[in-house]
Amino acid sequence: MSAAVIDVHGLEKAYGDAPVLRGVDLTVPRGSITALLGSNGAGKTTLVRILATLLRADAGSASVAGFDVATQPAQVRGAISLTGQFAAVDEILSGRENLVLVARLRHVPDPGAVADELLERFSLTEAGGKRVATYSGGMRRRLDIAMSLVGDPPVIFLDEPTTGLDPQGRAEVWRAVGELARQGTTVLLTTQYLEEAEQLADQVAILHEGRVVVNGTIAELKRLLPPARVEYVEKQPTLEEVFLAVVGPVRATAPAGEPAPEATP
Amino acid sequence: MTTHAISETAALTGRTLRHVTRSPDTVITTAVTPVAIMLLFVYVLGGAISTGSDSYVGYLLPGILLITIASGVSYTAYRLFMDVSTGVFERFRSMPIPRSGVLWAHVTTSVTANLVSLALVVGVALLMGFRSPASPLAWLGVVTILVLFTLALTWLAVIAGLSASSVEGASAFSYPLIFLPFISSAFVPTETMPTPVRVFAEHQPVTVVVDAVRGLLDGHAVASDVWGAVAWCVGILVVGWVLAARVYRRSFR
Repeated sequence: MSAAVIDVHGLEKAYGDAPVLRGVDLTVPRGSITALLGSNGAGKTTLVRILATLLRADAGSASVAGFDVATQPAQVRGAISLTGQFAAVDEILSGRENLVLVARLRHVPDPGAVADELLERFSLTEAGGKRVATYSGGMRRRLDIAMSLVGDPPVIFLDEPTTGLDPQGRAEVWRAVGELARQGTTVLLTTQYLEEAEQLADQVAILHEGRVVVNGTIAELKRLLPPARVEYVEKQPTLEEVFLAVVGPVRATAPAGEPAPEATP
Repeated sequence: MTTHAISETAALTGRTLRHVTRSPDTVITTAVTPVAIMLLFVYVLGGAISTGSDSYVGYLLPGILLITIASGVSYTAYRLFMDVSTGVFERFRSMPIPRSGVLWAHVTTSVTANLVSLALVVGVALLMGFRSPASPLAWLGVVTILVLFTLALTWLAVIAGLSASSVEGASAFSYPLIFLPFISSAFVPTETMPTPVRVFAEHQPVTVVVDAVRGLLDGHAVASDVWGAVAWCVGILVVGWVLAARVYRRSFR
């Protein structure tokens, strides 16, 4: 069960004379949500693009779901789904048409039913018939993640899933990612927000200057620092809590797994 | 495996065709400029042009059709560029489908959209008095040459769409192609041109293709013109296809 789904050894990649990855080692356990943390330009996207077979590494090896990304790219593509920053949704099609298209490309039986089920799960049923160009940022990312789930690929790459979203949009995406964890999909997500990693991930890898400098569970990472001291601090509401209290909670977007507020007795 | 590849390419073609049907203006604007040129030449300049043929519309139409194709393929370059720049292309490339499928979808869509625009232009020519004694077989020849010409220019458009760094760059590549028919036998016979221009005009592909289509529509097809036109189109098609494949491999590894 705990076998590594993504296994990376000594991966190197340079653009011209500028090295981006200088020997990355990374293991992602099956069924985990692993956050790849790093500042802008740390090479997160480069690493994801290599793992998704969109880019070739200069040196080192990487395997995804047991297949080598360099020698078995077709099998790797059969096992993964890429979504986020650089993999987009079609703006001219409706949300439902986007899902049906991916279902047809993945040869899923009954593409229409699969699309409707995913629209419902990601609270997009009402918007399903509208063109994606009219969607908000949060709706677009939710559709993006829903498209990744078509055909139940065992590994999903989420590249900066919440960059550029407002707080509501981010909350919607976080909930959608939580859904993935529940169904046992392995997720590798890149982010530059530490809070996001802490919220979503059970494993964290920190990419710095072309190498993974830390890789482990959040509890393990916290043990790397001196033990916590007890301090008394007045608890102020965060600006985010104030913002959400003022503008109201996220509209009825609770995923299917949670009971809607009205449904509670 | 191959049936999968066909059904996947069909699904992707359905998608790009929907881009065309949801912005029908692209098909119409493709036809508007050639129609305007046709009106200008027939009703303003045509009276002063002596071509030795009975109907100037009939003389002019083959060149107008090539201009239509040249302006139509700029939308193909535009659509492909948008797919690359928005990241839709990357999504398809990370999926378990043949990587050429997206390109073939764009090529099929280009041919379909251009045939609709061509039909619009022929319709206007009919209203302007164009009549042809051509047999069904000759019409089939005309359509075959026009489709080959479209395919040839479409692969050039694929190169532009994949390698452009801006929307303007992606669609601007077709301007010289639109201009090329003016230095050919499309509007006036080449005999009156000064020698250097005439030599260029008589040996460039547009003249060969125009002469072949004009012959077929007149009912006086010259076999050497027809085969010359086919050879030019297939030649450009193969070179464009090879270059497009090279650009694709270089930009997306």
